[in-house]
Amino acid sequence: MNHNRRTLLKGSLAAGAVGAAVSAGLLTPKAVMAAWAKDAFEAKEVDAAMTGAMGSADATASDKIKLKAPDIAENGAVVPITVTSNIDGTTSMSILVAKNNTPLTSSYELGPNTEAYISTRVKMGKTSDVIAVVKAGGKLYSTKKEVKVTIGGCGG
Amino acid sequence: MAKSIKLRAKAKDGVATVKALISHPMETGLRKDKKSGKPIPAEFIQEVVCESGGKTVLSAQWGSAISKNPFLSFKFSGAKSGDSIKISWVDNKGNSDSIDSKIK
Repeated sequence: MNHNRRTLLKGSLAAGAVGAAVSAGLLTPKAVMAAWAKDAFEAKEVDAAMTGAMGSADATASDKIKLKAPDIAENGAVVPITVTSNIDGTTSMSILVAKNNTPLTSSYELGPNTEAYISTRVKMGKTSDVIAVVKAGGKLYSTKKEVKVTIGGCGG
Repeated sequence: MAKSIKLRAKAKDGVATVKALISHPMETGLRKDKKSGKPIPAEFIQEVVCESGGKTVLSAQWGSAISKNPFLSFKFSGAKSGDSIKISWVDNKGNSDSIDSKIK
């Protein structure tokens, strides 16, 4: 009983915060609907993280996705990653680091005119495969690359 | 408090290249304070939304594994010099910031 009340409180508080953000014009309603995928980001397994972020863990390996990452990253706290997809109709992309505590680093929803190109920097705990997953026409494609890490960038 | 975002957007042949640098600690919640041994609470950006001309161009969801002071770059077509562009972020503590700019 008490527990339920707590959850309810939390829920209404969160809704209140989002509501305030909307009224302040900070977020578009569309962005609010795509709530942060907590399960996906907290998943410890690559498959679970992929299912949470992209709807399935079943991705076809494709060489049409270009994943640019260093062979050796000296500092795991800042690993530059660039993903370019040459698959027509790419609608969303995710970047995962297989051996991180929580593999999913980020996922991106592309607008109709947005090119399938994302460049960012991620943290890596240790030497691991970096996986780029791309959704195009309802299907998933992926590519991966191993990045060697000399100094880990998670925890410490 | 639009000081946390540095935004540069440049249009060339109808394609805009957007580069954004956000200053944010991006704490994972796994790190411990070296002096007190207490864990540092998580503080990371969860959502980044970019709009141009009133349309959402990119909406990103980030986890704690994005580096400190995150950098994000992407491209979109159908853009011309002078178009408005806006980037906003929200973190897990409910803090947020946004910046309005124009494509060069």
